[in-house]
Amino acid sequence: MAKPVLMFDSLSCCEGCGLQVLNCETDLLPILEKADIGRFREASDGDVDHYNVAFVEGSIVTPHDIERIQEIRAKTDLLVALGACATHGGVNFLKNFQDPDDVAKYVYGDKRAWFPHVAARPLKAEVRVDAEIPGCPINPREFLEAATCLLTGKPFKLPNYPVCVPCKLADNVCLWHKGAACLGVVTRAGCDPYLCPSAGHKCIGCRGLVDKPNTQAAKDVMAEFGLTVDDILREFRLFQGIYKEVAQEA
Amino acid sequence: MAKASNTLDVRVDYVTRVEGHGNIVARVEDGELVECRMEITESPRFFEAMLRGRSWKDTMFLTTRICGICACGHGTASLKATEDAMGLKLSEQTLRLRKIVLHAEQLQSHWLHVYFLVAPDFFGAPSVIPMAKTHTDVVLRAMRLKKLANYICEVLVGRHVHPITMVPGGYMKLPGVRTLKELRAHIAGHEADVWATVDLFATLKMPEFSRQTEYESLRDPTEYAFYGGDLVTSDGDKAAPRDYKDIIHESIVRHSSAKHVKNKREALMVGALARFNNNHTQLHPRAKEAARKLGLAAPCYNTFHNNTAQVVESVHCFYEVLRLLDELIGAGIQDEKPPLRWPTGKKGAGVGLTEVPRGTLVHHYEYDENGICTGANLVIPTNQNLANIEADFRAYVPQLIAEGRSQAEVAHALEMLVRAYDPCISCSVHLVMVK
Repeated sequence: MAKPVLMFDSLSCCEGCGLQVLNCETDLLPILEKADIGRFREASDGDVDHYNVAFVEGSIVTPHDIERIQEIRAKTDLLVALGACATHGGVNFLKNFQDPDDVAKYVYGDKRAWFPHVAARPLKAEVRVDAEIPGCPINPREFLEAATCLLTGKPFKLPNYPVCVPCKLADNVCLWHKGAACLGVVTRAGCDPYLCPSAGHKCIGCRGLVDKPNTQAAKDVMAEFGLTVDDILREFRLFQGIYKEVAQEA
Repeated sequence: MAKASNTLDVRVDYVTRVEGHGNIVARVEDGELVECRMEITESPRFFEAMLRGRSWKDTMFLTTRICGICACGHGTASLKATEDAMGLKLSEQTLRLRKIVLHAEQLQSHWLHVYFLVAPDFFGAPSVIPMAKTHTDVVLRAMRLKKLANYICEVLVGRHVHPITMVPGGYMKLPGVRTLKELRAHIAGHEADVWATVDLFATLKMPEFSRQTEYESLRDPTEYAFYGGDLVTSDGDKAAPRDYKDIIHESIVRHSSAKHVKNKREALMVGALARFNNNHTQLHPRAKEAARKLGLAAPCYNTFHNNTAQVVESVHCFYEVLRLLDELIGAGIQDEKPPLRWPTGKKGAGVGLTEVPRGTLVHHYEYDENGICTGANLVIPTNQNLANIEADFRAYVPQLIAEGRSQAEVAHALEMLVRAYDPCISCSVHLVMVK
């Protein structure tokens, strides 16, 4: 039987998720035994006509990005969104909260017409997405797990509980008590062992929200620690711009 | 060698084994080079605009996302800019930790580039993947080294892509002395791999090419500059960090969503070769030894030797990391806390210049009295090299035609030339504040 063909590509992003795939190092070798790489521009020459699984990182930011994701979708059986930019829009969403013409003018001045852009959006805004691996960057372990599941036909499921759960298990002192507006209360877990609160830093929400975030609890915590609406919006917008209604509610 | 041709139409869409999206266009009619471009098609990313409204605590967490490969370098330049605006002075301990992480990133990036992106050209392979079967020891060594560099970052800042613990003024979490001792022993165990890399690249023959340009880098009187210093060029220009615009002149060209940069010549070059040409006398003695083994001597005007200079720098950084760790272990770790608040009433500009794997990086922010960013300018190394890549094309294509190369050979040679710059295209499209 022919080996399944994988491809990796990127739209608008830092390509850090592709690098995290390479950072699996020797753990990648068993996957490379079971599958062929049809395209991985960042690491290899070549391309093929059809892929079984396409892993795409990055957001859609230009009309050209829309064409590219449609082309990829047409060539692949399964499409996996890799990382926060592809699953939620990631940091690219920040520009959606500013006047689009002013954003372009600020960067390209009177030459802005040369570089058209659209409101930043995740892959699922334009095409069907079969699976998502969230995070900025992705957790290499979660990538290996997802790739293994896809290659062996097993279902791949993301944890549906907040970062507070592994954080408590890691015995961390709650960062809210240290004056940090930690978003772990509503953010999807699965980042451990690279847990930001274990490294002393607040969760910045890069993995998006759990399916049913406990917004009331989040609201209570934020009120208890005296944050203003502006503070909260700023915290949420770094990675979760798409969820502005949640931020407004909180 | 294929039949000589005086008409060529080279178009490489999406150059492979580089970070980001770029095309090469070169057209020769009747032996005359009529068109020659490095097109940057990466989507514009508008980071300067997105920085507006961010808190001083978050600017680094946003700007590390400019680039996965040089996240720690962007983080360092970003923190330096914020600290400059805050008027903070760093402790020796913080400086040493910052420098180790910056060196570890040069190691990770240089090894990734020379082994995974450059070496396949010399082994006739499309990528490192088939080399796992044909040159197993080389690939396993490459993986060990890259993993080592990532591990150093993991221990000190939580993660290489994207660092967690470093913040303005210091660290949210500090490693203990025992951790540092274990880290040192682990790193020292890779010395043979570092030298095997030198030996391997000493056997690879870089293409013949020479074109002198203006080489730009930082210079620090006390060390081979990565972390800081003044901006200098090989033509004798010098500027303090805040006066970087005296040397770095930017312009927008239509075929590139990333800006072009020049000083007094038509183009300038940044990166490992520029640093080597400008500061080679300050290299670690073992790195000088590596340069001799590799046959690299300053000044070198062959762009392809940017690859070689990266190997030399990897030796330098390896021994510097060990030295800095010895100093940290000797001094013991002090429980220093970074500031939690923006200094009352402080407002204004902050500039941070750092040498990252691909060259000099500039982060320039404006902050209001609450520590909210109101404006930003970022100058990325790859932007600074773009005009020089095109100037190299203009010199190299006629040479290749004179050598009687076929269209496919010219295309491959130009791809290798672009790859030698180790361009980081997704970094380069963030551009500048237009006042």
